[in-house]
Amino acid sequence: MARQPSGPPPPPTVQKLRLRYTKRGPLRFASHRDLARALERALRRAQVPMAFSAGFSPHPKISYMGAAPTGAASEAEYVEIGLSARCDPEAVRAAVDASLPPGIDVLECVEAAEGTGGLAERLDATRWRIDLAGVDPAELADAVSTLLAAETVTVSKRTKNGPRDIDARAAVVSAAASGEAGRAILHVVVRQVTPTVRPDDVLAALAAVADLHPPLPPRAVREAQGRLDDTGEVADPLGPDREAGSRCQGEPQPV
Amino acid sequence: MTVESLYPRLEPLLAQVQKPIQYVGGELNAQTKPWDAVRVHWALMYPDAYEVGLPNQGLMILYEVLNERPDALAERTYAVWPDLAGLMRANDVGQFTLENHRPVRAFDFLGVSFATELGYTNLLDALDLAGVPLHAVDRDETHPVVVAGGHAAFNPEPVADFVDCAVLGDGEQVVGDMTDVHSAWTAEGRPGGRTELLARLARVEGVYVPQFYVPSYAADGTIAAFTRTRDDVPVTIAKRTVMDLDEWPYPKQPLVPLAESVHERMSVEIFRGCTRGCRFCQAGMITRPVRERTITGIGSMVDAGLKATGYEEVGLLSLSSADHSEIGQLAKELADRYEGTNTGLSLPSTRVDAFNVTLANELSRNGRRSGLTFAPEGGSERIRRVINKTVSKEDLVRTVTTAYANGWRQVKLYFMCGLPTETDEDVLEIAELAVEVIRAGREASGSKDIRCTVSIGGFVPKPHTPFQWASQASAETIDHRLRVLRDAINADRRIGRSIGLRYHDGKPGVIEGLLSRGDRRVGRVIERVWRDGGHFDGWSEHFSYDRWVNAATEELAPFGVDLDWYTTRERGEHEVLPWDHLESGLDKEWLWDDWQEALNEDEVADCRWTPCYDCGVCPTMGTEIQIGPTGRSLIPLTPVGAGPRPQVRADVDVDVEASVPDPVHTH
Repeated sequence: MARQPSGPPPPPTVQKLRLRYTKRGPLRFASHRDLARALERALRRAQVPMAFSAGFSPHPKISYMGAAPTGAASEAEYVEIGLSARCDPEAVRAAVDASLPPGIDVLECVEAAEGTGGLAERLDATRWRIDLAGVDPAELADAVSTLLAAETVTVSKRTKNGPRDIDARAAVVSAAASGEAGRAILHVVVRQVTPTVRPDDVLAALAAVADLHPPLPPRAVREAQGRLDDTGEVADPLGPDREAGSRCQGEPQPV
Repeated sequence: MTVESLYPRLEPLLAQVQKPIQYVGGELNAQTKPWDAVRVHWALMYPDAYEVGLPNQGLMILYEVLNERPDALAERTYAVWPDLAGLMRANDVGQFTLENHRPVRAFDFLGVSFATELGYTNLLDALDLAGVPLHAVDRDETHPVVVAGGHAAFNPEPVADFVDCAVLGDGEQVVGDMTDVHSAWTAEGRPGGRTELLARLARVEGVYVPQFYVPSYAADGTIAAFTRTRDDVPVTIAKRTVMDLDEWPYPKQPLVPLAESVHERMSVEIFRGCTRGCRFCQAGMITRPVRERTITGIGSMVDAGLKATGYEEVGLLSLSSADHSEIGQLAKELADRYEGTNTGLSLPSTRVDAFNVTLANELSRNGRRSGLTFAPEGGSERIRRVINKTVSKEDLVRTVTTAYANGWRQVKLYFMCGLPTETDEDVLEIAELAVEVIRAGREASGSKDIRCTVSIGGFVPKPHTPFQWASQASAETIDHRLRVLRDAINADRRIGRSIGLRYHDGKPGVIEGLLSRGDRRVGRVIERVWRDGGHFDGWSEHFSYDRWVNAATEELAPFGVDLDWYTTRERGEHEVLPWDHLESGLDKEWLWDDWQEALNEDEVADCRWTPCYDCGVCPTMGTEIQIGPTGRSLIPLTPVGAGPRPQVRADVDVDVEASVPDPVHTH
C-alpha cells in the first residue's frame, strides 16, 4: 500500500483570484518557468494563504496560462491562484506586487466569479506590438498587405520534436503598420492556436511573402490577451469576473 | 568618473543566446548603488556559470558586507557561456556586472572566489573579455586589482601570474581592510602607482601578493626557495579567521535568482570549521577552529532569510552539521516553528551515525522527504582508519537500515576512490556494503521499493592536508577500480537493480590534482589550455583531457617536469611545497606525523571532545574553539505562510470587525 502523509489533509480552496501581471524591461528574457518560480516565492513572501495540493510534495494551487515566449515583453500575463482563506483581492495584488522584482508588476487582481467559466477559455487571442528598428513603416505596410492577401503562409517552426511546418497566416486576425522613419511598428492580433504562432513566426511569414528582414532583433510586447470580440478586438478576460463582482455590490455577502 | 552601462549594446545579443535571463540581473535582493557615491568599487566573480555561482554563500556574504559600507559598492559577475562570449567579442562588449551592467574593467577590485581549481580557465576568459591584461605585471593603475579567494587560494601558485593578490581564510573582515587601503591610497593621490598599492595590500593580514615572492628551483625540479623581492612585505602569510559568527549574520537578504540555479533553497551556515580530522578534507583542515553560530543566532537567520526570499527550503550548512552542539534541540525547535507551513529543513550529507537518522526524521516532519545522504567515504574499515573517518561495517549497515525502517526509501552513500594505500579489495567492499544494506533494508522496511545510490569520486590530494605528500592514483587506476566495483554490484541483479552507481572517470581528477598541488610553472599550462580554447572545465561537455595533457607536456618540458611529477609522485618530508609560505596554522610537522599515522592506520580523535592534539592552528592564529551549548532555546514565532500577514495588512483598506484577527480576510 502506498505510504500516506501523516496529519490532516490540507485546507480546501475557498477563494480563487485571477491576476494580470507584466514582464517588462530586461525581465522580458525570463522564461515561463522563471516566472513561475518567482511568483511562487513572491506569494510566500507576501504571506498569501495559499491552498495546497495533498501528498508528500504539496504544491500551491496556481494555474498558469498562455505564457509569452522568452524574450517577448508582456503587459498581459494571467494566472489563477487558489486560497485557503478569503482575502481582499486588492490587498493581495499590492502585497504580491511588492514581493516581485521590478519589471514583474501585478496590475490587476479580481476574484473569480462563479459560473462565468474558466479563465483559460477566455484567452484565445493576443494583440502584439512588435518594434522593428531599422525598418521603414512604408516597407512594413507593403509587407503586411502582402501577408494579409495570402491564403496561407507556411513557415518552419522549431519545436521539441524538431522543425515543423505551420501556417502562420491562418492565425493572424488583423495586422497593421505604423511608426516613423527607420522605426516601424507592427500591430498584429494573433489567434492562440496549437502549435502557437508567435511573433517570430509572424516575422518569418513576412520574410517569406515580402522578403522583410529587420536588421536588428525585433522587440515584441504582448499588449493584450483575451477573447476575440465581434469587432476583431481583444476583450478584457477579467471583464466577466469584474461584472459579476459589481453586480454583487451592496448585497449582503456570506460570512 | 561616470561609468556607462553596457546593457544597450548587450541587449540585442541576448535575443540570440541560451537562457538570457542569467545575464540581466534584477534578482530579488540585488543591490545597486550610484557609482560616484563611493570611493571603492568591487566586482565579485564566481568563475562558473550563473546557475552554479549565484547560490555561492561566500560571494553573497562579501556582497552584503561591502555594500553595507558607505564608501564602497559591490556588484556581481559570473562566467559567460561561449555562445554569448563569442557575440560579445564580435561586438566589442566587455565582461559586465549584473546589477548595472557596468564594465568589470572600470572596477577597483575584481574578487574571484575559487571553490575549485577547475575555474582557473574561466578566470582567464573573464579577464580577456573584460579587457584586463592576463598577466598581473602587465596591468597598470587603471586596471582592477585581481584578487583570488576561496579554498583554492590556499595554494594560488598556479594562478600566481594572473592574480594580483590571493586572500587566505575568511573574507568578511579582510575585504574591509583592503577597501581601506585602496581608499587611503586614492585619497593620497595614488602615490607610487600600482606597485605601491600592491605593497600596501601585501601588508594587510591574510593578503598574499605573489609577484613579491619569487620561487627558485633545484636540479630535481623541486622548489629550492621562495625569495621576497622587497623586505617590507611579510615572510609568511597567515590566514584570516572570523571569530563569533553571531556577529556576522550574513547573508541577511540572500539573493533569489529568476533563473533556475543548482540550489533552489536558502542556506544558513550553522558553524564554520571542523576538527573531525578527516585526512583527505582540505576544507576541514584550513577552516579550523570550529566556531558555532548559536541556536538563537541560527533561528533569527532562518526567520529573516525566509521572509526575505520566499524560499520553501532551508539548508543548515556546515562541514558536518550534525556535530553542532545544539543540533538536536535546533532540529526540534525549528520543526516546531515551521510546522504546517510547507517549509522544508535539510542537512547536507552527514556522517554515518544513527543519531543522524533521528535528526533527519525530525527535520522532515514538515516538508518533503527527499533521500538521506551519508558519507562513509571509504569502502573498507581499514581505509576508513587511514582517512580517519572511522565507522564499523556493522554500524554503517545498522544506520542505513534504520533509515529504511523509518520510511526513507532512498539512501545515497558517498565514497572516494584512489585513496592512499587503497587496493581493489577496499573498493570492492563498497559493493558488499551496498548489497548488505539493501538486504537488511528490504527486511527492515518490508518493502522491495528501496534504493541505495553509491556515488563515488576520485580522490585528489590537497594542500594543507596530511595527504599533501601522497601519490595521487592515476586515471587508469581509478577507472579500473570503478570498473571492478560496477561489475561486483551488477553480479547479483536481484539486489543490484536496487543499487545505483554514480561516478565520473578519473581524467578530470588528474587535472584537478595538477592544479591543486601545482606551482607557478603550472600557470603556463593553464594559459596554454585557455589559448587553445579551454574553459568551463567543470563541465564534461567542455572539459578536454587531451588538451590539458598536451599543454602540460609541452609547457612543462622546459622545466624538466611533467603531469605525473605533479600528480602521482609522492613527496618527501622535507620538500619545499609551493604553499609552505602560506599559513593555514597547521603545523607542518603535525601534518607529517598525521600522514605517518594514516599509513599506520591510526586514528585521531576530535579535539572538541578529547584533549588538544596540537595541530597548531589555535596557538598560531590566536583563536579558540567556540562551541555551545548555550542553554538558550527558540521561542515559537509566527512563521511565513501562517497566521497574521503583516505585508498584506499594511496595504489593506477594508472594513474589519475587531474580532477578525487578520484584516486581509474579507467576510
